[in-house]
Amino acid sequence: MNALQQVSRPPAPSAWSNALVFGWRAVLKFKHVPEQLFDLVMTPIMFTLLFTFVFGGALAGSPGDYLQFFLPGILVQTVVFNAVYSGMGLSTDLGKGLFDRFRSLPIWSLAPFAGLMVGDVLRHVIAGGIILTIGLILGYRPEAGILGVLASFALLIAIGFGMGWVFIVLGLLIRTPMTVMTIGFTVLFPLVFASNIMVDPHTMPGWLRAFVHVNPVSLMTTAMRGLMSGEVMAAQLVQALIAPVALTLMLAPVTLWLYRRR
Amino acid sequence: MNNGEGSLAIDARGLVKTFGELRAVDGIDLAVPRGMIFAILGPNGAGKTTLMRMLATLTHPDGGSASVMGHDLVGAPGNVRGEIAMTGQFASLDEDLTGRENLILLSRLWGFRGGAARARADALLATFELSDAAGKQVKDYSGGMRRRLDIAASLIVTPGVLFLDEPTTGLDPVARKSVWGMIRALAGSGVTVLLTTQYLDEADQLAARIAVIDHGRKIAEGTSRELKAATGSGFLHVALADPARLDEAAQLLESRLGASVQRSVEGATLAVVAPSARDANAALTALLDAGIEPADFSMGSPSLDEVFFSLTSKRA
Repeated sequence: MNALQQVSRPPAPSAWSNALVFGWRAVLKFKHVPEQLFDLVMTPIMFTLLFTFVFGGALAGSPGDYLQFFLPGILVQTVVFNAVYSGMGLSTDLGKGLFDRFRSLPIWSLAPFAGLMVGDVLRHVIAGGIILTIGLILGYRPEAGILGVLASFALLIAIGFGMGWVFIVLGLLIRTPMTVMTIGFTVLFPLVFASNIMVDPHTMPGWLRAFVHVNPVSLMTTAMRGLMSGEVMAAQLVQALIAPVALTLMLAPVTLWLYRRR
Repeated sequence: MNNGEGSLAIDARGLVKTFGELRAVDGIDLAVPRGMIFAILGPNGAGKTTLMRMLATLTHPDGGSASVMGHDLVGAPGNVRGEIAMTGQFASLDEDLTGRENLILLSRLWGFRGGAARARADALLATFELSDAAGKQVKDYSGGMRRRLDIAASLIVTPGVLFLDEPTTGLDPVARKSVWGMIRALAGSGVTVLLTTQYLDEADQLAARIAVIDHGRKIAEGTSRELKAATGSGFLHVALADPARLDEAAQLLESRLGASVQRSVEGATLAVVAPSARDANAALTALLDAGIEPADFSMGSPSLDEVFFSLTSKRA
């Protein structure tokens, strides 16, 4: 049993290096469980195809015109729904005692979450890339070109990062992954539908229009459209980032507290 | 930082943990010398796991104080974590990753870099006879392999104290023996091992000292010999030819020897403390006079099972 001989501790790694290790874990998960991507992209692909071809003509005159309107919004929806899956993953991990091992290690407490975030960002980029590719095949054209796409993906990552905290907190609070999913979608479906993702809100009743205008999902979608078309205004970007920044500032400390308290 | 040689690996005083109304751990003192295998023995729900989780910094004590390897549990949890490793009751592994990836992941978290992390993982896999399964996902491992990997994952850096929560629960006898061998080898290399178990023979086989815990309190502590001696030096075991007369025989033995009788339904056996061989003999004669035929009887020191039941029944 030679490996049982005394092995002493190497110099303590940095918080950043700890976080990278957890990021590596997220990448390994893609390698071993590639089907998780299938779950993530099937719903938005169905939405894109159904809305474009079934409702597109009626809503915008032609499927092509509708796609031009709809695609930046479906990217927001994809990322927001993705966040639910990462909360489910966390809830699953916590149920298995894996996090007990992480918590008994002398590492930066938030490193496992930073790793989750790395995984999330990868998921957002991959899922967003797939949806955009399908959009391009169907005839979607971002007027602002490559730069517009890159800028909109940067915003997309920020949105995903901010929304991620909500489901990390839920994942920490709720033991059953299915409940995390149910709660997640119960909250997200109204947020996503009562927004300007699918239709222009001008035909909605006044009270609903008032909500749609302040719905963070609408603000994010407006900024995404602006970045893709090259007509974005600074104020729109700021408004789109209010929710992600506020969620991060509020929920990162809550996450840490919940995690340490367990 | 660390206290000198010979000081305690774990020094807990009056630890308390409550969950609402339930006092899961209700004032436990523990003094575990360095390099010892120490067992916490108790039934399900006795508070063993909660006690261990507190000592491993996973849950905050609601009362009392403790130090692990000279570091205060509440004041310096980071230092405590640098000295311990914990293998929980449920495999603390990533099931989607391979065994090797799990160990490399943890090696990197401890600070081993690229090649050194891989070398450490491979050395542990070889030691725990998992080299052949290194590239398989953990979800395809058998229970015994999982347990070995779980323990290997606790030994990336040799810990001062290794916490093992029910290390052999659910294992077949062969896997159990092999885990026992590893625990002994670890203690041989100077690691302090604190293990919980509900198997008395496990505590008996492995541990130099045993604390018996029930309802969140420590009800006895000592070597297995001391615990047995405290219950009574001589134990009379009687197996009956006719199980139907078990109650009658128990009453008779109880009145003759003045001690409560423990029954085990399987095999229709009774066990009771007998102050001397003469008393035991008299009790057996009384059984025969009443027409109750013993199929088998013996006089000896109690098994840990009997110690355990007599300790817990005193409290009930």
